[in-house]
Amino acid sequence: MCSGRVDLAHVIRAFENGMDGVYLGGCRLNECNYITHGNYDALAMVLLARRILQHIGLHPERLRIEFMSSADGMLFAEGVNDFVRTVKALGPLGRAEGLAPGEVAARLAEVRKLVPWIKLAKRDKLAARLTDPAGREGHFTAEEVAALFREVPAYYIDPQKCQACRICAGRCPVEAIDGGKQRVHVIDQERCIKCGTCLAVCPERFQAVTCFVGVPPPPPPAEDRRTPVRRKKAAAAP
Amino acid sequence: MDRVAGEAGDFTVTLLRKPRYVLEEKCTGCTTCVEYCPALCPDAFNQGLSQSKAIHIHYAQAIPLIAYIDDSCLYLKERKCRICEAVCKNRAIDFRQKPETLAVNVGAVILAPGFEPYDPRESGRYGYGRLANVVTSMDFERLMCATGPTEGEIRRPSDGRPPRRIAWVQCVGSRRVTPGENRYCSAVCCTYTQKQVILTKDHDPEAACTIFHNDVRSFGKDFERFCERAARLPDVRFIRSYVSIVGETAGSNVVVRYATASEGVREEEFDLVVLSVGMKPPAEAARLAERFGIALDPSGFCRVDPAHPLQTSRPGVFVSGAFAGPMDIPESVFAASGAGARCGELLSRRRGRLARERVFPPEKDVAAEEPRVGVFVCHCGANIGRVVDVPATVEYARGLPHVVYAQEQLFSCATNCAKEITAIAREKGLNRLVVAACSPRTLEPLFRDTLREAGLNPYFFEMANIREHCSWVHSLEKDAATRKARDIVRMSVARASRLEPLKEFTLPVHKAALVLGGGVAGMTCALSIAAQGHLVHLVERGEDLGGLARRLHTSLDGMDIPARVRDLAERVYANPRIRVYTRARVVSAEGYIGNFLTRIASDRGESEIRHGATVIATGADLYRPAEYRYGQDGRVLTLLELEEAIARGEERVLGAGRTVMIQCVGCRNAERTYCSRICCSAAVKNARRLKELNPAMDVCILYRDMMTYGFREEAYREAAERGVRFIRFEPERPPRVEAVAEGGASVLRVVVDDPVLGRTLAMDAGVLALAAAVVPAADAPEIAGLFKVALGPDGFFKEAHVKLRPVEFATDGVFLCGQAHYPKHLPETIKQAYGAAGRVAALLANDTVVASGAVCEVLERRCIGCGSCIAACTYGAIRISETKAGPKAAVNPVLCKGDGLCNAKCPTGAIVLKHFTDEELASQIDAAADAAASETLNRKAG
Repeated sequence: MCSGRVDLAHVIRAFENGMDGVYLGGCRLNECNYITHGNYDALAMVLLARRILQHIGLHPERLRIEFMSSADGMLFAEGVNDFVRTVKALGPLGRAEGLAPGEVAARLAEVRKLVPWIKLAKRDKLAARLTDPAGREGHFTAEEVAALFREVPAYYIDPQKCQACRICAGRCPVEAIDGGKQRVHVIDQERCIKCGTCLAVCPERFQAVTCFVGVPPPPPPAEDRRTPVRRKKAAAAP
Repeated sequence: MDRVAGEAGDFTVTLLRKPRYVLEEKCTGCTTCVEYCPALCPDAFNQGLSQSKAIHIHYAQAIPLIAYIDDSCLYLKERKCRICEAVCKNRAIDFRQKPETLAVNVGAVILAPGFEPYDPRESGRYGYGRLANVVTSMDFERLMCATGPTEGEIRRPSDGRPPRRIAWVQCVGSRRVTPGENRYCSAVCCTYTQKQVILTKDHDPEAACTIFHNDVRSFGKDFERFCERAARLPDVRFIRSYVSIVGETAGSNVVVRYATASEGVREEEFDLVVLSVGMKPPAEAARLAERFGIALDPSGFCRVDPAHPLQTSRPGVFVSGAFAGPMDIPESVFAASGAGARCGELLSRRRGRLARERVFPPEKDVAAEEPRVGVFVCHCGANIGRVVDVPATVEYARGLPHVVYAQEQLFSCATNCAKEITAIAREKGLNRLVVAACSPRTLEPLFRDTLREAGLNPYFFEMANIREHCSWVHSLEKDAATRKARDIVRMSVARASRLEPLKEFTLPVHKAALVLGGGVAGMTCALSIAAQGHLVHLVERGEDLGGLARRLHTSLDGMDIPARVRDLAERVYANPRIRVYTRARVVSAEGYIGNFLTRIASDRGESEIRHGATVIATGADLYRPAEYRYGQDGRVLTLLELEEAIARGEERVLGAGRTVMIQCVGCRNAERTYCSRICCSAAVKNARRLKELNPAMDVCILYRDMMTYGFREEAYREAAERGVRFIRFEPERPPRVEAVAEGGASVLRVVVDDPVLGRTLAMDAGVLALAAAVVPAADAPEIAGLFKVALGPDGFFKEAHVKLRPVEFATDGVFLCGQAHYPKHLPETIKQAYGAAGRVAALLANDTVVASGAVCEVLERRCIGCGSCIAACTYGAIRISETKAGPKAAVNPVLCKGDGLCNAKCPTGAIVLKHFTDEELASQIDAAADAAASETLNRKAG
């Protein structure tokens, strides 16, 4: 595995576990022994993760990436020692930032749930090869990350339009859509990863899925009110 | 080597083996003996700059990593001591060993004794050995090295102070006619000096570095860029001057005298002077030559015929590396592979006869079982044991979830311990194993075999590194180290419990090769592969075989190129195992290692070729100059056109009163930041020839740096002696060429600023020859795309690794040789072609290839077909195909390299890198945090 295998979710998981700092070591940039150069992917991920930490009120210095070869033992030792000093100076996660333990956990859990959406929304920028050091710090901006969190979409199936065709339920990658043959489908917002597959696959003639941004979607219909409203074939033709 | 008898195919070589006094099968390389040994001696590996012991390991990366006892041993000298015997817990010391004579029966011999660095004391000119702060580049290399005498801190010998002003003196022992030095160029020193400068600046950004040089010979692939990188660093000066070492100051600084065109003669003080020493033949060259009955050249290196550069004068005895003359590491590596190919040609009918297959018991299916983890904690002699509390770690492991067995071992890697692991795994019904020892880099393969012996899937293994990651780096903090060892073991156990059995799959190998390009590289490679018993499809884009070499006539080293090319082509056409396709074009290429399918359109019509290996030998093109009136004035030719005109005996060329040559036309500039490597030698060759044919002719070569490296230096010197004029120009002020009307005739006038004389010279040329750059072949991007291989920044094909894999691509099963890789001389091309053939034969010799089990796979249910994974994969291993449930990604496991970038990019967790799954990695993260939690508890309790 390559340093580019390290997932944003792994970093968040470490912090959720109460780690005060996370340090990533990758090969020296531009010295990939393959043609992968995945350390650039790791770098972009770290830059984004640092902005996210900042966004949720945690010190971005708690996450660091450094690049070295297997012969750079001293560099590694110095890098880790310096990082440990930095994190110790910051103090325990959350407490240093003036956040209650429950609050830190809640914010991190929120980020964890959004990791799939973040990966999709920032897909191109996460794959960027930031060869110019000058362009790294500004690659992701605080404003951009704030917007990212502001604009989290929510998908909603209109009970008036859903024909219970089961296509979206079948294609949802995380099985977040509940719905039988004769029942209006409902998205479990807790499980939904906001990939938009349901919107993409809902047949054109039904258009039952809507994307809400910035406002919460209406609540789903009650269990006993999920009988589909059948479209009349005749009505379909003008 | 004592003596050799017999002939090619059947030699008997008598070897004399000195006693090591250490039993190889018992020594584990733990170095406890070294620590206790009282006999100090200078460490030869560290250039005598530090002390070693009588019992020691040659150097940290030695293979095998086993100790030996040398002559400074007190017991061997005076029958005293034997401490090592007492401290070796594995009883590996054996003072009863005697010298052994062994006779080995071999079919072929490769001589690779290397070279020896030049010792500046031989000339007595540089103060080396007299002035403390004059060191050789070999000394300096050790001073910079993390495993060197100063642990990577650069300190000067006189007072241990870090030097701030460092001077490098180039060409020490090379390119000189003074007694005690060598006439040839050592070819590697310019670039290694630049490397040392860059590393010095890395160590100490304040250091001022000065390089006193003659020509800067940056003729290798990527060397020019490297040189520019060094020159751009702050406080780095390149000064073109000979120097003399004047002496030292009271503070042991070294005084150097040099001269520049602008400032005349100067003296300057340096804290440290590094002599960039060249290469000498190995000390044993003469003895080796005598015993083997092979010829040496006048400088004492192995004599080779340029057309057969891997062959000594005795059939069946081959040569690789710098024993055949100065060369750098990439060339040594492909020459080594090439020498292997030459042996393969001789012995291919006997290939595999001595091979034995290891048979493992059948694998048990443990899928339904609960994880039953066994933990083995290694003492590594004293390496781990004296820092980490091993028994306590074992005890701790016993309490971890899923662990049903734990024990300690002295050396887990020793044969008896590995057997013990196998036996216990069977007896206790273990289905997952954790060995807490050293780095998995060296020993993971060994332990995977241990699992196979126990009938377990080899991927049910996890190594906890408590040596490099723990005992070695925390040797002074025993309690903390023991806690960390527990953490590491806990994380490994957590991961081991979640490991899944993986299948390494075998792929059949289609035993044929496709060689693209019918030049000298392609033909040489094809002939060698065919001689090793495999079918070759040789594909040439032109009408006939021969490539660029068909236009060459002579070479500096005296090769009859037309005869050589004819001979190669005839042998190719006559070879029943080679099928030639001329006027051919690759239509499509698909497949992977062992199983390629390529469609070719050629004179034979459309052909579909199945092959197991691909060689790209598509050569290079020549730059068509846009400068110096080329194409406007018939008197302006390229060097190659000049060579052809000389060969045709054209009077306008042979009868010219003056021929001027301009070097570096179209390269070593902003657009092409590389040296074309061959043009300086071509200029010297043609200048020499013109002087032979018309001694009255004035021949001028306008150059920037003469790249006549290696033995070509002699020809350069000889040309100058014969009156060829070499005039250097600065790149900022290139020569100007104009056609001037004078006395009713048009005169071709070349004007150049000579920085040495400080004058502008004007000369009228009868013929002007331009050293036009070698440029990447026009179809290189297309070929690269078809075969999914990479091009470098200059547009030449990019090998997998400059030094370690110089004829391979990162794409398995595709190989590279000749000028497609980079411009090179014919002997180098031939060596590289054999090198590629050696790699191809190594692949085709197998019936199957094994692909790793740790590759990616797609859980289709979760895939939304977004394509993030495809963008992340540099190997083209992922495709999206339309299914009933929409577009879904699929991985071709053969192409997957297991980097896992796709896994990190996938929003839904649909693509999974096996053996490094989210679940496995998360279990380690959670287990790591467990300790954090318990430590917090401890802190609170305390």
